[in-house]
Amino acid sequence: MSVRTLTLADTTIGKKAIMAVSGLVLLGFVLVHMAGNLLVFQGPAALNGYADGLRKLGPMLWIARGVLLAAVAAHVWAAVSLYKANEQARPVKYHVQHTAATTYAAKTMRYGGVIILLFVLYHLAHLTFGVGIPGGHAAAPPAGMPGSVSGTDVFHNVVVSFQNPAITGIYVLAQLALALHLYHGAWSFMQTLGLSHPRYNGLRVKLAAAYATVICVGNLSMPIAVMAGLVKLQG
Amino acid sequence: MRLTLHVWRQKKSGDKGAFETHKVENISADSSFLEMLDVLNEEILEKGGEPVAFDHDCREGICGTCGMVVNGMAHGPQALTTTCQLHMRKFKDGDELWIEPWRAKAFPVLRDLVVDRGAFDRIIQAGGFISAKSGSAPDANEILVGKTVADQAMDAAACIGCGACVAACPNASAMLFTAAKITHLGVLPQGQPERDDRARNMVAQMDAEGFGGCTNHGECAEVCPKGISLETIARMNRDFLKAMVIAREPLAARTGG
Ligand code: HEM
Ligand code: FES
Repeated sequence: MSVRTLTLADTTIGKKAIMAVSGLVLLGFVLVHMAGNLLVFQGPAALNGYADGLRKLGPMLWIARGVLLAAVAAHVWAAVSLYKANEQARPVKYHVQHTAATTYAAKTMRYGGVIILLFVLYHLAHLTFGVGIPGGHAAAPPAGMPGSVSGTDVFHNVVVSFQNPAITGIYVLAQLALALHLYHGAWSFMQTLGLSHPRYNGLRVKLAAAYATVICVGNLSMPIAVMAGLVKLQG
Repeated sequence: MRLTLHVWRQKKSGDKGAFETHKVENISADSSFLEMLDVLNEEILEKGGEPVAFDHDCREGICGTCGMVVNGMAHGPQALTTTCQLHMRKFKDGDELWIEPWRAKAFPVLRDLVVDRGAFDRIIQAGGFISAKSGSAPDANEILVGKTVADQAMDAAACIGCGACVAACPNASAMLFTAAKITHLGVLPQGQPERDDRARNMVAQMDAEGFGGCTNHGECAEVCPKGISLETIARMNRDFLKAMVIAREPLAARTGG
């Protein structure tokens, strides 16, 4: 008789480590993605030029997309698998349950995750495929200006979209949900991967809060600047 | 003191169970929570009823036998305190208390507030030990242990296995218990030979028993009567992940109880 053997992906701690490592990849992506997009403040040439630069990466771009897709798939798989196990672990709930240590961010990780996933799908449909851009997807940048990943005028698409309060509203809400997820996530992945030490634990919380704040403020600054008329179409 | 108690009553494992409401009067503020339940049980017995079953042994906070969830808090509202060491002065006259057993699939209710914590014993059997030659006792100072390491081991060894961590965890996870045991042996020189296998086998047993996973809420450490810290869980994760990567032998699946 052969004995069944366990791999990392069969264990609760292994699944959590998969979630932490894939989450770390996504933390890196979110930071780089924000930094690139902030070029919107330098005008159409800068943003479209950056987008064009990404497109010129060719196969490298597809490798990066593959890694991100794999990270999302692994992250969601581990989240769902652990969620099921955690639900089954307490079949009879408490009549009264008082929590003393946890945070709002920790308690809403699964809901925040679902919101982020839905938002990412919308975001791809919107700015990558041009769904629902007011006045239509600007098919090509104006003459003499570099194109984008999809060959479109990114600056135009972003500005006309964020001039629409409904679209801006979706982005703002999604960013708030993301900030909460990132705050707990950035602290939690260290604990999961074994990084905990009384001398540095205070710093861990500060790092997580700083990271989440930078992402939230940076990402929110763009739709708000467009709404406020600080960033607008030129000519 | 006068109190209204809603106590979980359940005849045996698998039964549905329900809350039963009792009013008690003349409870001394100096009595312990278990003494208050003793008074309740005497009254129930006088009326010819079945007393409420609850676990207890030392009643001095050292054996880990007692434990119940009081108003949603494992071992009640006082930090670093077992139910037996909790005193009624922590409550107010006229309070309404909901008293429930530890709730976890891996801790089936045996009767009323008594649960079967055999799953903890099986986690210990899976690796919570060291193998030492028997014979005459070795000299206690034969292997030197540094003070900080000894403190770390002693802090983790303070775990009395009461199960409050599981009870308080939103996922009914047994990570704090398992991590305390892995840490207590894993930091000491005597614990090194089996360190990798200990982490792997204890975690595999913990999973097999049907406990949930850790989502880093920290509720376990908050209710722990012995103040076991979350750092032990990070340490267990480190030991376990490293062992899973470097081990030469596969990890056999285990079965729960
Ligand atoms: C921008 C995208 C995302 C980033 C940067 C991100 C990042 C992270 C990080 C770093 C963690 C911590 C892992 C750990 O505790 O060790 C985490 C946890 C988690 N993530 Fe995400 N994540 C993202 C998207 C998602 C999505 C789409 C879901 C969808 C289901 C999700 C669900 C979860 C859940 C349930 C947890 C575990 C929470 C817990 O253990 O309390 N995340 N995430
Ligand atoms: S009865 Fe021993 S710890 Fe409470």
